[in-house]
Amino acid sequence: MVDRTIENFDCGHRACGGCGASSAVRMILKGTGGNTIVVSPTGCLEVFSTPYPETAWKIPWIHSLFENASAVASGIEAALKKQGRLGEEKVLVIGGDGATVDIGMLCLSGAFERGHDFTYICYDNEAYMNTGIQRSGATPYDADTTTSPSGTCSYGNNRPKKDLPQILAAHGSPYVATTSMAYPMDLMKKVEKAMNTPGSCYIQVHTPCCTGWGFDGAKTMVIGRMAVECGLWPCYDIVDGKLASAKKIKRVPVDEYLKAQKRFRHLFKPTRNEAELAKIQAIADANAAKYGIDIE
Amino acid sequence: MPLGIGCTARPGLSKNNKTGSWRVFYPTLDKTKCTKCGTCQLICPEGCISQLPDKSYEIDLDFCKGCGMCAEECPDKVKAITMHKEEK
Repeated sequence: MVDRTIENFDCGHRACGGCGASSAVRMILKGTGGNTIVVSPTGCLEVFSTPYPETAWKIPWIHSLFENASAVASGIEAALKKQGRLGEEKVLVIGGDGATVDIGMLCLSGAFERGHDFTYICYDNEAYMNTGIQRSGATPYDADTTTSPSGTCSYGNNRPKKDLPQILAAHGSPYVATTSMAYPMDLMKKVEKAMNTPGSCYIQVHTPCCTGWGFDGAKTMVIGRMAVECGLWPCYDIVDGKLASAKKIKRVPVDEYLKAQKRFRHLFKPTRNEAELAKIQAIADANAAKYGIDIE
Repeated sequence: MPLGIGCTARPGLSKNNKTGSWRVFYPTLDKTKCTKCGTCQLICPEGCISQLPDKSYEIDLDFCKGCGMCAEECPDKVKAITMHKEEK
């Protein structure tokens, strides 16, 4: 049972006002319970929560390097196992999308292949926000970032988003899920399920970033809901390699979601770019067909 | 300040950093309208909204950055939280 009164992430951290990631982390820690050791790779979360000598964490937390959060978690898990503490104490990794889908991919794949008993949660804000909005493997198609700028020769990021949940499901992970911070109950339920599933589990949480995506901080939850409602972010879970459930929605066109963010404004100004919008709509349609999220 | 290898910090020290000074808009909570659903407390990125013993909620303006997510997400029929421009 998720205990909503648990507060293991303190105030006074330096996240932007309206940060999706810090809101998601608070919800994640409500889902995990108190006996958790958290590992964080480098990223926004690590930087804003622990500017030395301050820390916002009230539970054990360790940061080593950008690429090796999964390896550190594997080591902690092995040590807990040897001491007979695994089970009552759990290991959790919370990392950004850059540290997960690009830089930490090798260690992540290794840890999942060895089947360590820990949960990896990726808060996906779809670029390297901490260093100034550079594109990552999780940046969606046509998003404008500082390393995939839109202009006369480019419509922004020219590659689709890497489908990491499916890659990790293919590793034989017992539980892989995607969710969004705009649906707190779904998020906390999935975190709790992953923490109580033995083996390497993975959750990818969509966390809108007001600074990087270009919208008002008050709208973080609204933008998160729009992404799910238009089908660009399907919320599903895969148990033992098989699709177990997907959040059913009455799907709306992708336009409203894209219009609300500055990183997609080049698709609407000076004129509507029908060809590129059709490609993005096709991605949403493909998601809907693949996961069966449409309400008939 | 010496920075060694394997540096540690005590929990709760981030409270030394009063982020309320970042604010441009501040929220006010109308307790007569509030239905105590707890949405604002759950979603606040700061975690600066706390529940009092009488189940009502209180916003800690020492830490509130004034993002306005609570006012935006407060249910449409209630809208107990409103944002006001900070004047100094």
